[in-house]
Amino acid sequence: MTLTPAELTSAVSGGIGTSPQRPDGNLKVRGEFAYASDLWHEDMIWGATLRSPHPYARIKSIDITEALKIPGVYAVLTHEDVPGRNLYGLEHKDQPVLAVDIVRYQGEPIALVGADHPETANRAVKRIKVEFEVLTPVTDMETAADDTPLHPGGNLVRHVHIRRGDQNAEAEVVITGRYEVGMQDQAFLGPESGLALPAEDGGVDLYIATQWLHVDRAQTAAALGLPEEKVRLTLSGVGGAFGGREDLSMQVHACMLALHTGKPTKMVYNREESFYGHVHRHPAVLYYEHGADHTGKLVYVKARIYLDGGAYASSTPAVVANAATLGVGPYEADNVTIDCYGVYTNNPPCGAMRGFGAVQAGFAYESQMDKLAEALNMSPVDVRIRNAMTEGSLMPTGQKVDSAAPVAQLLKLVQDKPMPPPAVNDLRHMPGGVSNTTHGEGVVRGVGYAVGIKNICFSEGYDDYSTARVRLQMVGGELTAMVHTAACEVGQGLVTIMQQIVRTELGVERVTVLPMDTSIGNGGSTSASRQTYVTGGAVKAACAAVRAKLGDRTDIGDEVIDETVEWRHRATEPLDPETGQGNAHVQYGFAAHRAVVDVDTELGLVKVVQLDCAQDVGKALNPQAVVGQIQGGSAQGLGLAVMEEIQTADGKVRNPSFTDYLIPTVLDMPPMNIDVLELADPHAPYGIRGVGEPPTISSTPAIVAAIRAATGLALTRVPVRPEHLTNT
Amino acid sequence: MRVNVTVNGEQRQADDVWEGESLLYMLRERLGLPGSKNACEQGECGSCTVYLDDVPVCSCLVAAGQAQDREVRTVEGLAEGESLDPVQEAFVEAGAVQCGFCTPGLVVAAHDLLNRVDNPSDPEIREALAGNLCRCTGYEKILDAVRLAASRK
Repeated sequence: MTLTPAELTSAVSGGIGTSPQRPDGNLKVRGEFAYASDLWHEDMIWGATLRSPHPYARIKSIDITEALKIPGVYAVLTHEDVPGRNLYGLEHKDQPVLAVDIVRYQGEPIALVGADHPETANRAVKRIKVEFEVLTPVTDMETAADDTPLHPGGNLVRHVHIRRGDQNAEAEVVITGRYEVGMQDQAFLGPESGLALPAEDGGVDLYIATQWLHVDRAQTAAALGLPEEKVRLTLSGVGGAFGGREDLSMQVHACMLALHTGKPTKMVYNREESFYGHVHRHPAVLYYEHGADHTGKLVYVKARIYLDGGAYASSTPAVVANAATLGVGPYEADNVTIDCYGVYTNNPPCGAMRGFGAVQAGFAYESQMDKLAEALNMSPVDVRIRNAMTEGSLMPTGQKVDSAAPVAQLLKLVQDKPMPPPAVNDLRHMPGGVSNTTHGEGVVRGVGYAVGIKNICFSEGYDDYSTARVRLQMVGGELTAMVHTAACEVGQGLVTIMQQIVRTELGVERVTVLPMDTSIGNGGSTSASRQTYVTGGAVKAACAAVRAKLGDRTDIGDEVIDETVEWRHRATEPLDPETGQGNAHVQYGFAAHRAVVDVDTELGLVKVVQLDCAQDVGKALNPQAVVGQIQGGSAQGLGLAVMEEIQTADGKVRNPSFTDYLIPTVLDMPPMNIDVLELADPHAPYGIRGVGEPPTISSTPAIVAAIRAATGLALTRVPVRPEHLTNT
Repeated sequence: MRVNVTVNGEQRQADDVWEGESLLYMLRERLGLPGSKNACEQGECGSCTVYLDDVPVCSCLVAAGQAQDREVRTVEGLAEGESLDPVQEAFVEAGAVQCGFCTPGLVVAAHDLLNRVDNPSDPEIREALAGNLCRCTGYEKILDAVRLAASRK
C-alpha cells in the first residue's frame, strides 16, 4: 500500500505558549501528505453508491441484474447484503446502512457497486433499476411534529423545555421577532473517502478521514456483524471536518465491498455526492420575545425554537440542548422560558457543524438585542454591556458560570479597534468588485456588533474522556518521546499541540506523534472545541505519569518508560426534564465581533470591509493556531451571513456544487484585527478554553447588524440575499 | 489510450487511459502523484492547480489526452529533493496550512503570481488567489505567506 499515515516529528521545536511549525506542514506543502482520497493499493477496486432521487418514497423493487453484467463489476450490494445491524446513528440508531423499503431523503444510499474503475462503477450504478412509489415529503419544521410520522416514534426528536424564574414577568419594553437560519454546509474541501482492506482474520482494516475513530468503529462493526477488535481504523489525512465527519458516510459501505469481494476497496465522493453524503447545519425558525426595563436591563426572555433535523436524528438531540441552554446568549436574565424542538422531516439530515445549535440561537438573540437597543435609543454595545454576563452569572439552566466571562471587555475591545478608512473609488474594494457594478453610487456603509457564547466539551452527563500514551526512551543519547492517541487531527493542529505539551512537561525536544488509530483507547470526538482540552489533558496526565517514573534522570539507558492514561474533564449533569435546570456544561467560551460593511443598495451586493474579533481562550497554547481558528471560524460565520445556504425545494437540494453553493473566497474575506485574551479557567488543563467554535457564532450576527445599520432593513433571515436588500 | 507526457521534468507514460479521464485523475491514480487535490472536480476550488506548459490550470478541467506531448509541473515538482520552494516554506512558517487540502493548489497559484509579479500588492494577491477556495484559514495567513515569500525573493 502506498501513502500510509506517517509518524510526525518536527524540524522546529517549542513548548506551550509558542508557535512551532506543524509537524505535518512540510508534507502538506509538498503535496506528500496522505489524505484519505490519496490512498492506493495494488489490485484495489472502486466503490460507488446508488442514491435515492426522491426525498420520500417507498421502494417497491430493486433489480441489479443489468448492473452485474457490466465487465469490470465485482459486486452489486443492497440491504440484503448488510451482514449485521442495518441501522446506525450517533444518538438514535434510526438510519439504515442501505435503504430497505423506504427512503426518507434525497441522496439516501440504496445500493453499492464495486468495480475496476470509478467510471465503470458509476455506469453500473445507473443500470440498477429501482421501482419507487413516490410519497409526499414532510418539509416544514414548524408543523412536522404533527405531520405524517416518518419514524416509528413520530417526528419529534427532542423537546428541551427551560423554565427559570417568574413565568409571568412583565416589562416596560417588549421586543418580539421571528428569525430564520438557512441550511449551512461544512464544505470541507477533502471529500469523504477511505480505503478498506479485507484482513486474513475475517476482519477489515479501514483507513479513513473522520472526526471520531472509536464511534465509527462501534457503528461499523455492528453493521458488519463483526466484533469490534476485527474492525481496525486508522486515521488518514483529513481535509477539514467542521462537524461534517461525525456521522458515518462510506465507512460501512467500503468495508462491505471489501469483505464481499476480498479486494481492497476505495471510495471517494465527488463534490455533488459529498453534499448528499454528510449532515448539514440545522436550519432553524426562532421566535423570540425580550422584555426589558427602560434602562435596557432584561426582565425576561422567551423563545420558541424549531430545528430541522431532516430525515435522521444524527446529533439533533444535543443540538437542541445547545440551542435551548445557550438561547439567551451571554446575558443575564432572571426569568427565562424556552422551548426548543428538533424534528424529523424529509429534508437532508442535519447534525453537527461548528457552533452546534449556538449559531442558530446566536443569530436570533443578537438580532433581538439590536432591536432592543433601537427601541431604547441605546447603542448596540451599551445595551449588551448593560446585560453582559460575568463570572458568577447564572445560565438559563441555573448553572453558575464559574470562570472568566469577559463579555463586556470583549465588546469594548472590538469597539476600540481602529475603523477602516472611508470607501475609496477602487473597483477592487467595492461591492461587486471588478464585475464593475458600481463606482460608489448607491453604496452605503454600516457597522454592527455581536457577542456569543458556546459550551466547550460534551455536556449533559456524557462520560467525555480521552486516552493518551506517552513513551520515553533514549535515541542517539537523547531522551525522546512518542505520543499516541486516537484523537483525530482534522487540520486544527492537535498534532502540534500534543508535541508542545510533551516538550513542556518532559523537557524533551524530539517528540514523535504516531498515526491515530483504534489500537489505543478512545480519544473522543474532534468536536465541541474539546480536543486541546480533553486530549491535551490526557497527554499532560500521561506525561505526569512518565515524569513520576523518570524522576530527575536525563539518561535512562535501555529503559523504556511507557504510560497510558485515560483523562476526564469534570462531570456534568443531565437537564431536569421538567425545568431544564442542571449543571449541564463543562465550560463556556466567548467571542465578540465588530463588522463594517459596504452595501450596494441597488443590486443588493455586500462587501464586508473589516471584521474584528476579540476572544478569550484561557491560555493560548499555540498563539498562531489560535488566531488561525479565529480567522477561519469568522470566515464561516461570514459565509452564513451573506452567501452560504443549501437551498431545498420539496426536500430536494437545488445547489449541490461549489458553483451554486458559495463559500467565501479571498476576495470576500476582509482583513481582521484580533485580540486574544488569556483569562485562565482554573478547572482546565493550563487554564485553556476551547477556541474553535465561538468565533463562528458572533461573526454572522455582527455582519447582519452592520447590513441593517447600512440599509435600515429588518433582515430576519440568514443568509442575506441580494433580493432581501433590494426587495425585488 | 496511451498518454505520453512530461511531468516534473520526467518523461512519463500512462496506458489504458479512458478518454473521459481528467489530467487530475491521471496524475493522481496512474502516475502516483496525488499532491494535486480533488476537492470539487469542477473547476471551482483550484485545489488541483498545476502548470501545463507554464500556465496554471485546473487539472480537473483538462482531459488527460490534452496533456499528450506537453509539460506538466505539479506541487510535487516545485522544490528539489528535501528542500522547500520559498512559497512552500512561507506557507508553513506563516501558519497558512491547516487541513492542507487547498494548500497544493494555492502554493502553485502563489508560485505563479510571484513568477509574474515581484512585489504584489494585497489586491493583486487577492485577485491571483481568487480561484482557490480554503475552508480553514479565512485566508489571512495565506496572504501573510505570500507577502513573506515575496519579501524574500
